Amino acid sequence: MQNLIEIKGVRHAFATAAGPLPVLDGLDLAVAEGGFTAVVGPSGCGKSTLTRLVAGLLIPDEGEVWLHGAPVKGPRATVGMAFQNPVLLEWRSIIDNVMLPLEIVKNSLSKSEQRDRARYLLELVGLAGFEDKRPSELSGGMRQRASLCRALVHKPEVLILDEPFGALDAFTREDLWQIMHDVKEQEPFTGVLITHDLREAIYLADHVVVLSGRPARTQYVLELTPGPRSIDTLYTPEAAQMLKDLHTQIRIAQGRKEGDAA
Amino acid sequence: MTLRKIGVPLAAIVILLLAWEFLVWANGWPDYKMASPSDLFPAYVQYWDLFIVMGWQTLWRTIAGLFIAIAVGIGLGMIMGFSQTMRDALYPLLVGFNAIPKATVVPIVALLFVGAHDFNTVLIAFMISFFPIAVSISIGLSTLEPEYRDILRSLGASKTTIFWKIALPKTLPEFFGALKVAVTLAFIGTNLMEIVSPHGRGLGALFDSGKTNSDYPLMFAVLIALAALGIVLYYIVVFLENIFAGWAERNPS
Ligand SMILES: Nc1ncnc2c1ncn2[C@@H]1O[C@H](COP(=O)(O)OP(=O)(O)OP(=O)(O)O)[C@@H](O)[C@H]1O
Ligand SMILES: [Mg+2]
Repeated sequence: MQNLIEIKGVRHAFATAAGPLPVLDGLDLAVAEGGFTAVVGPSGCGKSTLTRLVAGLLIPDEGEVWLHGAPVKGPRATVGMAFQNPVLLEWRSIIDNVMLPLEIVKNSLSKSEQRDRARYLLELVGLAGFEDKRPSELSGGMRQRASLCRALVHKPEVLILDEPFGALDAFTREDLWQIMHDVKEQEPFTGVLITHDLREAIYLADHVVVLSGRPARTQYVLELTPGPRSIDTLYTPEAAQMLKDLHTQIRIAQGRKEGDAA
Repeated sequence: MTLRKIGVPLAAIVILLLAWEFLVWANGWPDYKMASPSDLFPAYVQYWDLFIVMGWQTLWRTIAGLFIAIAVGIGLGMIMGFSQTMRDALYPLLVGFNAIPKATVVPIVALLFVGAHDFNTVLIAFMISFFPIAVSISIGLSTLEPEYRDILRSLGASKTTIFWKIALPKTLPEFFGALKVAVTLAFIGTNLMEIVSPHGRGLGALFDSGKTNSDYPLMFAVLIALAALGIVLYYIVVFLENIFAGWAERNPS
């Protein structure tokens, strides 16, 4: 299997008032085509910065970012993004929000085909019948689902999710996990999921990458059996062991951060 | 619903007029102290042609000043909204400029461009009203959450596309809020100039002539006419706001 996303030895520092702030230092990440990698790490370690690298919104100081065998030099339309904040445009209906990327990305779809595509995705995530509603009329979980549809509408190769379920309550979150598995079956993509929730990571992903504290480097990689799974698998002894390992790794990551500060 | 929407404010106006009439009558004020609504109607009848001509003068100059204020305000707002450096550079200047009482600027401008009456009036109307527009646009643009930009930028959208599709519509509610303030300010600007400059035109000049001739009902009639024009302009803005930024209002369900 070929790696769709390949990040090698990336270093990056932000210029701040107090001088350069190293955020990434020796980051490696490889995601196979059709793979789904979750990234966890201490708060502020550089996870969102990593997503911006993959999206081509940020060019690193050093190192390489490859997407589908080509170096990333800038934004490209083969990426879809969703954030913790669903950032829907309030002056547009839900379906017009979902269709937004098709107004920017070159495509051969007619207006009515675009509509059909958006409608199909909304139905897939359980939002049939809400096409003409405004975002303000939807609940937080529904808005997040609409945001997911927008990220997928132009059939991106790579789906980047930056804590998309972080602001939702536990039960809504579990619903959305299930929806993610369904979506991945119907609309194959290569995924990078940033999360703070270890259960979410092992439930959705086939690889879990633990980043060290800032500046972030790849500290630990956990491999799981790929494919859809039921929520019950989270309550098996194997899952408990994985969660424990990840937890230990996060503690180490945080410890290193404290060590640096001292 | 519509009956309520029109009837209630109308009733409020009638009650206010009646109370005013009663107050003047009960206190026995002569009309040089306080004219009563019943004194106004003869004034309107007598000077109706003048009211139309002068009212039009005031109206078009206010609107012209307002349009320039919108253009300049949006321009400045965009410059300050997109560039932190320009914001740091221009903001204190604008605040200082805005803090100068325009009543002190009026005589200077009147002397500077002596005789160019229309120009002077439009200039003051513009100067007094562009500030809130510039501030609202710059704040609207500079507080755009980065995720909004990233959503489009990650697809390869240009800056112009991001401005038209997201930044501008998102700023419209603040813009209309500022425009409502600007309308009232522009009116004040126009009238300041009309009252101060000699041989002026417009409702301000009519007010001034009422003053010189001790025609107190005329002065009050001008004030009411100004209020009426102000209300009309204000509600035109509200109407446009409902069309272009109506989504910002949470519709009660
Ligand atoms: N454009 C920028 N300029 C300067 N510093 C930045 C910039 N973007 C991010 N940073 C800093 O880089 C560090 C990493 O930021 P990043 O958003 O990638 O962290 P994160 O791991 O996503 O955090 P969180 O878990 O809170 O989402 C932070 O300390 C942040 O303050
Ligand atoms: Mg983040």
